[in-house]
Amino acid sequence: MSFFEIKNLDIEYQTRKETIEASKKVSFSLERGEIIGIVGESGSGKSTVANAIINLIDKPGKITNGSIRLDEIELCKNEKIIQNIRGKKIGFIFQDPQTSLNPLFTIKEQLVETIQTHSNLNYNEAEKKSINLLKEVGIENPKKRINDYPHQFSGGMRQRVVIALAISCEPDLIIADEPTTALDVSIQFKILNLLKKLTIERNLGVIIITHDMGVIAETTDRVIVMRFGNIVEQGKTSKILSKPETIECKSLVMSVPPTNKKIKRFKLLSPDGKQIQDSSIKLTNNIIKNWGTRERSNKKLLDFINVTKVFDEGSIISSKNSESKVKALDNVSFNIYEGESFGLVGESGSGKSTIAKIISSLISPTSGEIFFEDISLHDPKNKIIKNKFRGQIQMIFQDPYSSLNPRFKVKNIIAEPIKFFQKNIDNEQVNKNIYDLIDIVGMSRQSLERYPHEFSGGQRQRISIARALATRPRLLICDEPTSALDVSIQAQVLNLLKDLQEQLNLTILFISHDLPVIRQMCDRTSVLKNGMVCETNDTESIFINPKHSYTKELLKLMPKIESII
Amino acid sequence: MTNYFLKRLLQSVLVMLIVAFVSFSLFNFVGDPVHNMVGQEASAEKREEIREKLGLNDPIYTQFFRFVSNASKGEFGLSYQLRRPVSDLITERLPATLELVFVSALIAIFVGVFFGVYTGINREGFTSNFILIISLFGVSLPTFVIGILFIYLFSVILGILPSFGRGEVMHIGFWSTGFLTFSGLKALILPSVTLSLFQMTYIIRLVRAEMMEILQTDYIKFARARGINQNIINYSHALKNGLIPVITITGINVGTLIAFSIITETVFQWPGMGLLFINAVQFVDIPIMSAYLIMVAFIFVMINFIVDIAYYFIDPRIRFKEEAMVE
Amino acid sequence: MISKLIYNIFDTDIGYSFRKSKIAILATIVFLIIVLASLFASIVAPYNPFDPASISLMDAFTPPAWSDGGNSNFILGTDQQGRDMFSTMIYGSRISLTVGFASIIFALILGVSLGVTSGYLGGRYEIIVMRFTDVQLTIPSILMALLVDGIARGFISKSLHNDMAIYVLILAIGISEWPQFARVTRAATLVEKNKEYILASKIIGLSNIVIMFKHILPNILRPVLVISTIGLSQAIITESTLSFLGVGFPPTNPSLGTLIRFGNNFLFSGEWWITFFPAIFLVVLAFSINLLGDWMRDALNPKLKAR
Repeated sequence: MSFFEIKNLDIEYQTRKETIEASKKVSFSLERGEIIGIVGESGSGKSTVANAIINLIDKPGKITNGSIRLDEIELCKNEKIIQNIRGKKIGFIFQDPQTSLNPLFTIKEQLVETIQTHSNLNYNEAEKKSINLLKEVGIENPKKRINDYPHQFSGGMRQRVVIALAISCEPDLIIADEPTTALDVSIQFKILNLLKKLTIERNLGVIIITHDMGVIAETTDRVIVMRFGNIVEQGKTSKILSKPETIECKSLVMSVPPTNKKIKRFKLLSPDGKQIQDSSIKLTNNIIKNWGTRERSNKKLLDFINVTKVFDEGSIISSKNSESKVKALDNVSFNIYEGESFGLVGESGSGKSTIAKIISSLISPTSGEIFFEDISLHDPKNKIIKNKFRGQIQMIFQDPYSSLNPRFKVKNIIAEPIKFFQKNIDNEQVNKNIYDLIDIVGMSRQSLERYPHEFSGGQRQRISIARALATRPRLLICDEPTSALDVSIQAQVLNLLKDLQEQLNLTILFISHDLPVIRQMCDRTSVLKNGMVCETNDTESIFINPKHSYTKELLKLMPKIESII
Repeated sequence: MTNYFLKRLLQSVLVMLIVAFVSFSLFNFVGDPVHNMVGQEASAEKREEIREKLGLNDPIYTQFFRFVSNASKGEFGLSYQLRRPVSDLITERLPATLELVFVSALIAIFVGVFFGVYTGINREGFTSNFILIISLFGVSLPTFVIGILFIYLFSVILGILPSFGRGEVMHIGFWSTGFLTFSGLKALILPSVTLSLFQMTYIIRLVRAEMMEILQTDYIKFARARGINQNIINYSHALKNGLIPVITITGINVGTLIAFSIITETVFQWPGMGLLFINAVQFVDIPIMSAYLIMVAFIFVMINFIVDIAYYFIDPRIRFKEEAMVE
Repeated sequence: MISKLIYNIFDTDIGYSFRKSKIAILATIVFLIIVLASLFASIVAPYNPFDPASISLMDAFTPPAWSDGGNSNFILGTDQQGRDMFSTMIYGSRISLTVGFASIIFALILGVSLGVTSGYLGGRYEIIVMRFTDVQLTIPSILMALLVDGIARGFISKSLHNDMAIYVLILAIGISEWPQFARVTRAATLVEKNKEYILASKIIGLSNIVIMFKHILPNILRPVLVISTIGLSQAIITESTLSFLGVGFPPTNPSLGTLIRFGNNFLFSGEWWITFFPAIFLVVLAFSINLLGDWMRDALNPKLKAR
């Protein structure tokens, strides 16, 4: 009999309009010493299933059917038993280390309390155990740090504390819900290794919930693929990722950007879910003619020279204290040629977003020069000329849910920049433009009459792209445009961007923390760390022959889906 | 640490100066101080003489400086109407108001926090909803209506509690207290309950909102996932987090109570500062008005300062502003 | 067309919440009745209490119709001058509502503009506005209103003050209420201004004014709506408190508070109805507004998870 088993789990959510089945007949099992992954896109139900195991599903959801068995004890719907088991036999790790710890209690207080809840240890014994736990999860100087408060730890350290809390009462089963999604790649690597180490040393059964295929490949023994509440396929990770059987699973694996080569386009599932298709958009000659495409050339479109940006924490009395100043960019230089796709890659705090904001004139540099086609963007006196060039540089953003004004209809969102730059344009022309744009991004004309909240994340990004293209920009800045999207949607949007670049000869500045995506999208790339450029080169050269130690490090730590195939 | 306190101190002084300036402007620009002092019959020379004596022909900043230094000594001049030094009047009346406000504050805070926590933790249920409706009703009742109602019920119909005055008071030094006599305590009941009601209902709703929000945070969820007893979560974890904003509320609360005491003192003819102030407004007795303003502002500012200090010791995030250490 | 609009509103989540809450519906109905009665006071009230010809001292102190000595001509009795309580209350509520609405509108316009501009533009301007708001928020509104009223009295002669009472009160209460609008709007603006659709507008090059009033303002109306409703009841209570204290509306043009003030004098001598009915009326008015505001706050709050 397996150590842990779920059979035919059904979970339902009752909203006022309908009943949503978050989980349908979900069944799987787990053994000790094994790490199993549940992967799926948003809405797949993976988190719901995880929460169901310890009966912490948010209302109005509830388990309607099924069995959850741990070591021969039936857990399903048995609140009394589950209360005893939480923490003691099952440890749970949440996604965001920032909000998982109570900010008003020290680490010691939180650890000791948890330990004493499930054991008879006295205070001193519990304290000693806590210090050992911190050592085990890799926190240095545990005796001193145990008296600190959560906000005194960095993100990765906090997640280690969370793990320490989860294993503090010697549970047999650990459930980790997106444990590394909020962390940088280098820290993610260490946390996942920690989990692997603990699994072996303590003979645990571990369930990892994630949407990241790379994490699955590097960490799990078996994987369960979910989609819309159903398990579409499950089995050994190596097999599922190399030879997926179902069409849904195939499409999921195919959408993941490869880390070891550059492909022309992502192959996608057709809308009816039955076959793989190649879906490049074909812009009509009309649109291309209206666009007025330019030739790819050796001309520099953007010149970013020795730019430094220092942020000062605002106050009336500016302090001479260097504590409150943050140096976001330190002497950064690069240039972008007409018609190419240039990438900026780095972890959080590397300064990539700051660069985007400076180029788009949202903020001004502290020092340095920026030239857009020989017009200086950094000179504040150049305001009038600068404003003329605003239409030439446009941007699309990361969060599809806050990048569109919820009170505007889609057509007005797209029309606004058109009307702003061409003040005397008549309505018919505006409409023509809007129709062209909505066609370009592959959405129906009926969408124009709707409001943003009626659309999904991927569709909203398309609308953002349409808005950005409305002024026929020469440079399109993409600031983490797909980081908040599911991997299959990401593939669609990236395809769209590739098509647009090819057929309209757009110059693109692509910013991301995701190395495989950069490899797929960019001709040349700069690697950034803490506001400084480590390396700039052709993208392929960076991946095949990295020169800087940081680049090498990033490439080594990057989770690779191919690692298991 | 000293940085934090110094900044707060500086802010307090700034606020006091602004209030002093408003007060000062009241003095000088609302009506004519000389006219108010000597009436209509005085001749032009007499007026000019008084103007010189009061220093009203000096430049503004000199006058302001004089005003501030006088105020800090507690000197506010003579009341137009009662012709007594304002500082005397204040000393007489202050204890009455402070005792009233103190007792009301205690009632409002204890009852308010208790019910706020209860309804925050038990969101559903008849008792909770009942308390909420009552509290909403309480917010809709103007303080003076409550006062009148109480008087009618307890004094007129039942006749067990006095409807006006402080009862017997004992004098300790310059302070007159009603705490030490039976009649003093009896007289305190109705006004303090009246005064506390509005604040109490406000606190209930606020604490409830805080508790509900906290109970939905990730760290509470994580505590549940670790198997910690729900009661401990409610009354130790959540409460501690929930009390931080309550401290700010308490600060503002006392301020509001002082303001509302004007109403209560009027209804119950309680001989405190509020009654003094209301009469002053009706007769445009500027010295009393401006003195009251400064006194009250001083109390507010002091309380806010104490609240800031309390915050410092309770919320570790303010205490340890060091940036997180890198891995 | 209109029916479709109403249907659409009712079909939204908020509309659904409204339909489900019997309390909200009841409160709205009561409130609407009072407002309509005040608007059409001349039709609804059986008498005009300001017409000297219609009052007679002989009718003074008549108790309500259902008690001894009552008169069916005066359902709720008469006051010390012989004025019909019911009519005086209706006219009084008209005054209370006028002051309430006007002062809140004043506070709203002032507070929201300052809040949005200070939140969006930031810098020294924001810090200055915030200081003002903070300082004024430490002073309770009643005190603020008293202060403004006191100052006004110093400037205007007593008789003129009585005629101008309504304007002074609107100003006084409006000034005392604007900070909470400013504070809430600023907080909401700070959240919105970092959202990416605002960044997109900036990149396009739209001017600050356009961004503030065309983009940000429509998206922060929810909390403003909640505060307006609750503020309205606060304004009405403040006005009646001021009138009760004797610094509000004079007896020649009484609001509900003034009526209660005078009725108070007769409480001990047994003519309870002169104070009682205006007090009940006032409380019912405030309560219905508060219920509505309370429901609105819960319905519009995205943080409270749906049940």
